[in-house]
Amino acid sequence: MGVIAVANAPLHVLAVDDSNLDRKLIERLLKTFSYHVTAVDSGSKALEFLGLQDVEKLPSFAPNDCQPEVEVNLIITDYCMPGMTGFELLRKIKESTSLKDIPVVIMSSENEPARINRCLEEGAEEFFLKPVRLSDVDKLKPYLSKNKRKNNDEDECVSNDKSRLKYDDVEARSMEERKTFPENQSC
Amino acid sequence: MAAVIQLQRQFIDYTTSLYKEGYLDDQFTQLQKLQDESNPDFVVEVVSLFFEDSEKLLNNLATALQQKTVDYKQVDSHVHQFKGSSSSIGAQRVTNVCVHFRNFCEEKNLDGCLRCLQQAKHEYILVRNKLEALFRLEQQILQAGGSIPMME
Repeated sequence: MGVIAVANAPLHVLAVDDSNLDRKLIERLLKTFSYHVTAVDSGSKALEFLGLQDVEKLPSFAPNDCQPEVEVNLIITDYCMPGMTGFELLRKIKESTSLKDIPVVIMSSENEPARINRCLEEGAEEFFLKPVRLSDVDKLKPYLSKNKRKNNDEDECVSNDKSRLKYDDVEARSMEERKTFPENQSC
Repeated sequence: MAAVIQLQRQFIDYTTSLYKEGYLDDQFTQLQKLQDESNPDFVVEVVSLFFEDSEKLLNNLATALQQKTVDYKQVDSHVHQFKGSSSSIGAQRVTNVCVHFRNFCEEKNLDGCLRCLQQAKHEYILVRNKLEALFRLEQQILQAGGSIPMME
Protein backbone atom coordinates (compact mmCIF):
# COMPACT_ATOMS: atom_id res chain seq x y z
CA MET A 1 0.00 0.00 0.00
CA GLY A 2 1.52 3.26 -1.11
CA VAL A 3 0.95 5.24 2.03
CA ILE A 4 3.62 7.05 3.95
CA ALA A 5 2.70 7.84 7.51
CA VAL A 6 4.20 11.23 8.19
CA ALA A 7 5.71 11.11 11.62
CA ASN A 8 4.24 13.67 14.01
CA ALA A 9 2.12 15.34 11.37
CA PRO A 10 -0.30 17.74 13.03
CA LEU A 11 -3.92 16.61 13.27
CA HIS A 12 -5.91 17.80 10.31
CA VAL A 13 -9.33 19.35 10.61
CA LEU A 14 -11.58 20.12 7.67
CA ALA A 15 -13.81 23.11 8.43
CA VAL A 16 -16.89 23.81 6.33
CA ASP A 17 -18.78 27.12 6.52
CA ASP A 18 -20.26 29.38 3.86
CA SER A 19 -19.55 32.52 5.92
CA ASN A 20 -16.03 33.83 5.36
CA LEU A 21 -16.11 35.50 8.77
CA ASP A 22 -16.99 32.25 10.51
CA ARG A 23 -14.40 30.36 8.46
CA LYS A 24 -11.73 32.77 9.63
CA LEU A 25 -12.90 32.37 13.21
CA ILE A 26 -13.04 28.60 13.27
CA GLU A 27 -9.69 28.38 11.54
CA ARG A 28 -8.11 30.60 14.17
CA LEU A 29 -9.76 28.67 17.00
CA LEU A 30 -8.52 25.36 15.63
CA LYS A 31 -5.02 26.68 15.03
CA THR A 32 -4.84 27.71 18.69
CA PHE A 33 -4.78 23.99 19.38
CA SER A 34 -2.10 23.50 16.72
CA TYR A 35 -4.36 21.63 14.36
CA HIS A 36 -3.70 21.87 10.67
CA VAL A 37 -6.81 23.37 9.07
CA THR A 38 -8.39 23.23 5.64
CA ALA A 39 -11.39 25.52 5.33
CA VAL A 40 -13.93 25.24 2.51
CA ASP A 41 -17.11 27.15 1.86
CA SER A 42 -19.54 24.40 0.91
CA GLY A 43 -20.51 20.80 1.48
CA SER A 44 -19.76 19.91 -2.12
CA LYS A 45 -16.25 21.35 -1.86
CA ALA A 46 -15.79 19.36 1.34
CA LEU A 47 -16.77 16.13 -0.40
CA GLU A 48 -14.51 17.00 -3.29
CA PHE A 49 -11.64 17.50 -0.88
CA LEU A 50 -12.40 14.30 0.94
CA GLY A 51 -12.77 12.46 -2.34
CA LEU A 52 -9.16 13.16 -3.14
CA GLN A 53 -8.26 10.72 -0.43
CA ASP A 54 -10.32 7.99 -1.99
CA VAL A 55 -8.12 4.90 -1.98
CA GLU A 56 -8.85 4.22 -5.65
CA LYS A 57 -7.61 7.68 -6.55
CA LEU A 58 -4.27 7.40 -4.75
CA PRO A 59 -1.31 7.51 -7.13
CA SER A 60 0.68 4.33 -7.30
CA PHE A 61 3.82 4.33 -5.23
CA ALA A 62 6.76 5.96 -6.99
CA PRO A 63 9.90 6.86 -5.02
CA ASN A 64 10.36 10.36 -6.36
CA ASP A 65 6.88 11.76 -6.57
CA CYS A 66 4.80 9.92 -4.01
CA GLN A 67 2.48 12.06 -1.99
CA PRO A 68 1.80 11.37 1.65
CA GLU A 69 -1.84 10.52 2.06
CA VAL A 70 -3.75 13.59 3.16
CA GLU A 71 -5.61 12.52 6.24
CA VAL A 72 -8.58 14.33 7.69
CA ASN A 73 -8.95 13.60 11.36
CA LEU A 74 -12.12 15.57 12.01
CA ILE A 75 -14.74 17.48 10.07
CA ILE A 76 -16.47 20.49 11.59
CA THR A 77 -19.31 21.92 9.59
CA ASP A 78 -21.92 24.64 9.78
CA TYR A 79 -25.49 23.39 9.63
CA CYS A 80 -27.06 26.18 7.58
CA MET A 81 -25.45 26.42 4.20
CA PRO A 82 -26.93 27.06 0.77
CA GLY A 83 -26.93 23.98 -1.43
CA MET A 84 -25.87 21.08 0.75
CA THR A 85 -26.64 21.60 4.42
CA GLY A 86 -24.29 20.43 7.15
CA PHE A 87 -26.75 17.68 7.95
CA GLU A 88 -26.71 16.43 4.37
CA LEU A 89 -22.94 16.51 4.39
CA LEU A 90 -22.92 14.54 7.64
CA ARG A 91 -25.22 11.96 6.14
CA LYS A 92 -23.10 11.56 3.01
CA ILE A 93 -19.98 11.12 5.11
CA LYS A 94 -21.58 8.49 7.30
CA GLU A 95 -22.85 6.64 4.23
CA SER A 96 -19.39 6.45 2.74
CA THR A 97 -17.31 3.39 3.57
CA SER A 98 -14.08 5.33 3.29
CA LEU A 99 -15.22 8.39 5.22
CA LYS A 100 -17.69 7.16 7.83
CA ASP A 101 -15.14 6.83 10.62
CA ILE A 102 -14.10 10.44 10.48
CA PRO A 103 -15.71 12.23 13.42
CA VAL A 104 -18.07 15.02 12.39
CA VAL A 105 -19.09 18.02 14.48
CA ILE A 106 -21.97 20.31 13.57
CA MET A 107 -22.12 24.05 14.35
CA SER A 108 -25.32 26.06 14.33
CA SER A 109 -26.57 29.42 15.47
CA GLU A 110 -29.98 27.95 16.20
CA ASN A 111 -30.65 26.31 19.53
CA GLU A 112 -33.17 23.85 18.20
CA PRO A 113 -33.48 20.55 20.11
CA ALA A 114 -35.01 18.61 17.22
CA ARG A 115 -32.19 19.67 14.92
CA ILE A 116 -29.54 18.85 17.50
CA ASN A 117 -30.96 15.41 18.21
CA ARG A 118 -31.30 14.65 14.53
CA CYS A 119 -27.63 15.45 13.98
CA LEU A 120 -26.47 13.42 16.94
CA GLU A 121 -28.61 10.49 15.82
CA GLU A 122 -27.16 10.71 12.34
CA GLY A 123 -23.73 10.26 13.86
CA ALA A 124 -22.41 13.71 14.69
CA GLU A 125 -20.10 13.58 17.67
CA GLU A 126 -20.89 17.04 18.96
CA PHE A 127 -23.18 19.93 18.23
CA PHE A 128 -21.73 23.36 18.94
CA LEU A 129 -23.85 26.47 19.25
CA LYS A 130 -22.41 29.46 17.46
CA PRO A 131 -20.46 31.53 18.13
CA VAL A 132 -18.02 28.71 18.76
CA ARG A 133 -15.48 29.33 21.48
CA LEU A 134 -12.14 27.97 22.63
CA SER A 135 -13.89 25.89 25.30
CA ASP A 136 -15.89 24.15 22.55
CA VAL A 137 -12.82 23.38 20.46
CA ASP A 138 -11.19 22.01 23.59
CA LYS A 139 -13.88 19.31 23.59
CA LEU A 140 -12.61 17.99 20.28
CA LYS A 141 -9.48 16.45 21.77
CA PRO A 142 -10.87 12.96 22.46
CA TYR A 143 -12.27 12.63 18.94
CA LEU A 144 -8.98 13.65 17.42
CA SER A 145 -6.74 11.36 19.42
CA LYS A 146 -8.92 8.37 18.59
CA ASN A 147 -8.64 8.75 14.85
CA LYS A 148 -5.15 10.14 14.84
CA ARG A 149 -3.33 7.57 12.76
CA LYS A 150 -5.58 5.56 10.48
CA ASN A 151 -2.83 3.12 9.65
CA ASN A 152 -1.35 2.78 13.10
CA ASP A 153 -0.80 -0.75 14.22
CA GLU A 154 -1.46 -0.09 17.85
CA ASP A 155 -4.76 1.49 18.67
CA GLU A 156 -4.55 4.36 21.07
CA CYS A 157 -6.50 3.79 24.21
CA VAL A 158 -9.53 6.00 24.13
CA SER A 159 -11.39 6.74 27.29
CA ASN A 160 -15.15 6.60 27.00
CA ASP A 161 -15.48 10.33 27.03
CA LYS A 162 -18.75 11.65 28.40
CA SER A 163 -18.17 15.12 27.10
CA ARG A 164 -20.58 14.46 24.25
CA LEU A 165 -23.05 17.25 24.11
CA LYS A 166 -26.46 16.24 25.35
CA TYR A 167 -29.76 17.98 25.02
CA ASP A 168 -29.53 19.08 28.67
CA ASP A 169 -26.18 20.76 28.13
CA VAL A 170 -27.59 22.60 25.17
CA GLU A 171 -30.54 23.89 27.17
CA ALA A 172 -28.27 25.10 29.91
CA ARG A 173 -26.13 27.15 27.59
CA SER A 174 -27.31 30.72 27.58
CA MET A 175 -28.44 32.09 24.28
CA GLU A 176 -30.00 35.43 23.68
CA GLU A 177 -33.07 33.94 22.11
CA ARG A 178 -34.95 30.85 23.15
CA LYS A 179 -37.50 30.78 20.40
CA THR A 180 -37.40 27.61 18.39
CA PHE A 181 -38.53 27.77 14.84
CA PRO A 182 -40.75 25.14 13.29
CA GLU A 183 -38.83 22.47 11.43
CA ASN A 184 -39.93 23.71 8.02
CA GLN A 185 -37.98 26.92 8.59
CA SER A 186 -34.84 26.39 6.61
CA CYS A 187 -32.36 27.83 9.05
CA MET B 1 4.81 58.13 30.23
CA ALA B 2 1.79 60.08 31.29
CA ALA B 3 0.39 60.21 27.76
CA VAL B 4 0.38 56.43 27.43
CA ILE B 5 -1.25 55.96 30.80
CA GLN B 6 -3.93 58.47 29.95
CA LEU B 7 -4.63 56.78 26.62
CA GLN B 8 -4.77 53.40 28.29
CA ARG B 9 -7.22 54.75 30.84
CA GLN B 10 -9.35 56.14 28.02
CA PHE B 11 -9.23 52.77 26.30
CA ILE B 12 -10.36 50.93 29.41
CA ASP B 13 -13.18 53.38 30.07
CA TYR B 14 -14.35 53.32 26.48
CA THR B 15 -14.29 49.56 26.23
CA THR B 16 -16.14 49.21 29.52
CA SER B 17 -18.85 51.55 28.30
CA LEU B 18 -19.27 49.57 25.08
CA TYR B 19 -19.97 46.42 27.06
CA LYS B 20 -22.15 48.21 29.56
CA GLU B 21 -24.29 49.81 26.86
CA GLY B 22 -24.67 46.47 25.13
CA TYR B 23 -22.85 47.35 21.93
CA LEU B 24 -20.46 44.49 22.50
CA ASP B 25 -20.81 41.25 24.36
CA ASP B 26 -18.45 38.55 25.57
CA GLN B 27 -17.85 37.23 22.07
CA PHE B 28 -15.77 40.34 21.36
CA THR B 29 -13.58 39.46 24.34
CA GLN B 30 -13.23 35.96 22.89
CA LEU B 31 -11.94 37.51 19.67
CA GLN B 32 -9.38 39.55 21.57
CA LYS B 33 -8.14 36.38 23.25
CA LEU B 34 -7.39 34.96 19.82
CA GLN B 35 -5.10 37.87 18.99
CA ASP B 36 -1.43 37.36 19.75
CA GLU B 37 2.05 38.07 18.36
CA SER B 38 1.54 35.68 15.48
CA ASN B 39 -1.95 37.05 14.79
CA PRO B 40 -1.52 40.70 15.76
CA ASP B 41 -4.35 42.08 13.63
CA PHE B 42 -6.86 39.33 14.14
CA VAL B 43 -9.59 41.45 15.67
CA VAL B 44 -9.34 44.19 13.05
CA GLU B 45 -9.36 41.58 10.28
CA VAL B 46 -12.45 39.85 11.59
CA VAL B 47 -14.26 43.11 12.25
CA SER B 48 -13.40 44.29 8.73
CA LEU B 49 -15.06 41.17 7.37
CA PHE B 50 -18.08 42.02 9.47
CA PHE B 51 -18.19 45.54 8.00
CA GLU B 52 -17.98 44.17 4.46
CA ASP B 53 -20.63 41.53 5.07
CA SER B 54 -22.97 43.97 6.79
CA GLU B 55 -22.90 46.56 4.06
CA LYS B 56 -23.58 43.94 1.44
CA LEU B 57 -26.40 42.41 3.48
CA LEU B 58 -28.03 45.76 4.23
CA ASN B 59 -28.07 46.54 0.52
CA ASN B 60 -29.49 43.12 -0.30
CA LEU B 61 -32.16 43.57 2.33
CA ALA B 62 -33.18 46.97 1.02
CA THR B 63 -33.46 45.53 -2.50
CA ALA B 64 -35.37 42.46 -1.37
CA LEU B 65 -37.88 44.55 0.57
CA GLN B 66 -38.44 46.89 -2.36
CA GLN B 67 -39.66 44.11 -4.62
CA LYS B 68 -43.29 44.20 -5.74
CA THR B 69 -43.71 40.73 -4.35
CA VAL B 70 -41.42 40.35 -1.38
CA ASP B 71 -39.75 36.98 -1.04
CA TYR B 72 -39.70 36.66 2.74
CA LYS B 73 -37.63 33.51 2.62
CA GLN B 74 -34.93 35.42 0.83
CA VAL B 75 -35.21 38.32 3.27
CA ASP B 76 -34.99 35.89 6.17
CA SER B 77 -31.93 34.28 4.65
CA HIS B 78 -30.15 37.64 4.54
CA VAL B 79 -31.18 38.45 8.10
CA HIS B 80 -30.00 35.04 9.23
CA GLN B 81 -26.58 35.76 7.77
CA PHE B 82 -26.52 39.19 9.34
CA LYS B 83 -27.49 37.73 12.69
CA GLY B 84 -24.73 35.16 12.35
CA SER B 85 -21.94 37.53 11.52
CA SER B 86 -22.93 40.12 14.13
CA SER B 87 -23.12 37.38 16.73
CA SER B 88 -19.70 36.08 15.68
CA ILE B 89 -18.05 39.38 16.55
CA GLY B 90 -20.17 40.17 19.58
CA ALA B 91 -22.15 43.07 18.08
CA GLN B 92 -24.99 42.35 20.46
CA ARG B 93 -27.39 45.14 19.58
CA VAL B 94 -27.25 44.30 15.90
CA THR B 95 -27.90 40.64 16.69
CA ASN B 96 -30.90 41.55 18.83
CA VAL B 97 -32.48 43.56 16.04
CA CYS B 98 -31.96 40.61 13.71
CA VAL B 99 -33.87 38.36 16.08
CA HIS B 100 -36.92 40.64 15.87
CA PHE B 101 -36.39 41.02 12.15
CA ARG B 102 -36.64 37.26 11.66
CA ASN B 103 -39.91 37.18 13.55
CA PHE B 104 -41.37 39.75 11.16
CA CYS B 105 -40.12 37.71 8.22
CA GLU B 106 -41.92 34.69 9.56
CA GLU B 107 -45.08 36.75 9.86
CA LYS B 108 -44.53 38.22 6.41
CA ASN B 109 -44.99 41.62 8.02
CA LEU B 110 -43.59 44.15 5.57
CA ASP B 111 -43.98 47.11 7.88
CA GLY B 112 -42.20 45.31 10.68
CA CYS B 113 -39.44 44.26 8.31
CA LEU B 114 -38.89 47.76 7.02
CA ARG B 115 -38.70 49.12 10.54
CA CYS B 116 -36.24 46.44 11.51
CA LEU B 117 -34.12 47.18 8.48
CA GLN B 118 -33.88 50.81 9.58
CA GLN B 119 -33.03 49.73 13.10
CA ALA B 120 -30.46 47.22 11.92
CA LYS B 121 -28.80 49.85 9.77
CA HIS B 122 -28.82 52.30 12.66
CA GLU B 123 -27.31 49.83 15.11
CA TYR B 124 -24.75 48.72 12.57
CA ILE B 125 -23.58 52.28 11.95
CA LEU B 126 -23.36 52.92 15.67
CA VAL B 127 -21.26 49.84 16.40
CA ARG B 128 -19.12 50.46 13.37
CA ASN B 129 -18.32 53.97 14.55
CA LYS B 130 -17.58 52.74 18.03
CA LEU B 131 -15.30 49.97 16.87
CA GLU B 132 -13.44 52.33 14.57
CA ALA B 133 -12.95 54.72 17.48
CA LEU B 134 -11.70 51.83 19.59
CA PHE B 135 -9.19 50.78 16.94
CA ARG B 136 -8.00 54.39 16.61
CA LEU B 137 -7.40 54.49 20.36
CA GLU B 138 -5.42 51.28 20.13
CA GLN B 139 -3.26 52.74 17.39
CA GLN B 140 -2.62 55.85 19.46
CA ILE B 141 -1.52 53.75 22.42
CA LEU B 142 0.80 51.66 20.28
CA GLN B 143 2.26 54.71 18.58
CA ALA B 144 2.90 56.28 21.97
CA GLY B 145 4.90 53.19 22.82
CA GLY B 146 2.37 51.61 25.15
CA SER B 147 0.56 48.29 25.11
CA ILE B 148 -3.15 47.61 24.85
CA PRO B 149 -4.64 46.79 28.25
CA MET B 150 -6.23 43.36 28.50
CA MET B 151 -9.88 43.60 29.39
CA GLU B 152 -11.37 40.85 31.50
